[in-house]
Amino acid sequence: MSVLLLGEMNDGELVLDPTAKAVNAAKALGEVTVLCAGASAATAGATAANIEGVAKVLVAEHPALSHRLAEPTAALIASLAAGYSHIMAPATSEAKNVMPRVAALLDVMVISDVSGIIDTDTFERPIYAGNAIQTVRSKDAKKIVTLRTSAFKAAAMGGSAKVEAVEIAGDPGLSEWVEDMVAESNRPELTSAGIVVSGGRGVGSEEDFALVVNLADKLGAAVGASRAAVDAGFAPNDWQVGQTGKVVAPELYLAVGISGAIQHLAGMKDSKIIVAINKDPDAPIFQIADYGLVADLFKAVPELIEKL
Amino acid sequence: MKVLVPVKRVVDYNVKVRVKADGSGVDLSNVKMSMNPFDEIAVEQAIRLKEAGAADEVVAVSIGVKQAQETLQTALAMGADRAILIVATADVHQDIEPLAVAKILKAVIEEEEPNLVLAGKQAIDNDMNATGQMLSALLGWSQATFASKLEIKGDHAVVTREIDSGLQTIKVKLPAIVTVDLRLNEPRYASLPNIMKAKKKPLDQKTAADYGIDVSPRLELVKTAEPEARRAGEVVPDVDTLVAKLKERGAV
Repeated sequence: MSVLLLGEMNDGELVLDPTAKAVNAAKALGEVTVLCAGASAATAGATAANIEGVAKVLVAEHPALSHRLAEPTAALIASLAAGYSHIMAPATSEAKNVMPRVAALLDVMVISDVSGIIDTDTFERPIYAGNAIQTVRSKDAKKIVTLRTSAFKAAAMGGSAKVEAVEIAGDPGLSEWVEDMVAESNRPELTSAGIVVSGGRGVGSEEDFALVVNLADKLGAAVGASRAAVDAGFAPNDWQVGQTGKVVAPELYLAVGISGAIQHLAGMKDSKIIVAINKDPDAPIFQIADYGLVADLFKAVPELIEKL
Repeated sequence: MKVLVPVKRVVDYNVKVRVKADGSGVDLSNVKMSMNPFDEIAVEQAIRLKEAGAADEVVAVSIGVKQAQETLQTALAMGADRAILIVATADVHQDIEPLAVAKILKAVIEEEEPNLVLAGKQAIDNDMNATGQMLSALLGWSQATFASKLEIKGDHAVVTREIDSGLQTIKVKLPAIVTVDLRLNEPRYASLPNIMKAKKKPLDQKTAADYGIDVSPRLELVKTAEPEARRAGEVVPDVDTLVAKLKERGAV
């Protein structure tokens, strides 16, 4: 058994947390080769080589791979597939874009968002927004899997894998990158933060969302939002936690003005400690919270900022 | 321009699903079924393209059990011009996998020759998030997933995508597959007169076998289980108690 693992990249650098978690999950299945693909990927490759459990790193550098457009990236992975029993990636938006395409190129069914590995061909994954957990056994010769990183611990650093360059399979030239609109922030990344403070519809406006942000900054936390808050324009889409947003499992999750729709719970219910602040005592969020405070958030949050 | 929109019949998003006692799946008998919410957004976008003069025909396609005809009626009532139902199973509990769905859609597309396929980014039942990408691979077309904005400009589509770090805009050559995210639009409700009119719109019925596609699953279902339940903790009376509890646990 051997695994080709797609490293998560951002602008030539390896995004370590999701990659190290995926390595840790994948190494139970066999020897792990990490693929770093980008316009420049050598720095990322060097970082990946240091993750414990990585046997080999492949570096693919080509302008066509610069923004991880699905078509050239999937073609590259498919061209490397022959030597591997498993092709895996952390279930990021980039991998969700690319991996099903790889699977179809290889005539294999993709297994998305895997939260548990039972054996080399049997996997657990949430369905219905996490309201059920399905165990599936793949009958395909090759398994194409994306891994829900919140379900796995990160591999340590300290490895020294060998690094090799690989050529890209060719660029079909179907898509062109135009621009990225990414808010710069010094806050921790949502999916790897130890503490997450999220706001919901109860926060009421974009201006008042500053309360949630201030509480997060006081705690050195990442900021999240419910789908309702994002849809209402209180918070940007990349803050969304839930079935269709990000899945997080921090040590501490503070839900402020969030009622706790199934959709949202799917993205945070594996957090270690959940705190809910909501003025509605019947809000479903209280059914899963370790500590619930029934209070007006506009009074409770400033007091919390002051007393923490 | 012709737009093709695949739609899936799924458990209504308001229904709290129950796992069957024998672990064989989720109980779908006597449960309200609706169009997958992401697919509604795709249908809405296709109709808006037609209303704006960018598209001239909207064709809805559904693959699954014969009851998916109701889902297609919804698409027609919203404003799709015609519909194609492809019956692939008689068992309401059999979920046709994205790979098989993509293969059937490829065959339909070879007949229909649309310039654009608008699909939901994922179905809220299996949460696979795969059909659009797989279809695009099989056709060798360009793909733009998780769209929150879409513009047709000549022989290209300019698509803004929701990605982990924010938003990304890409330009894809037509024909293309675009999968849609929540914030692309707010789907309309079908009015009663339109629901009546929809019944007169053409709805073709075919089977997966007509296209010679094998829909047998690649993933064998071993079991379906309830997730580990999380128990409610305690309600604290005030902020001071909350802070004390969190300090006690070493959480802050």
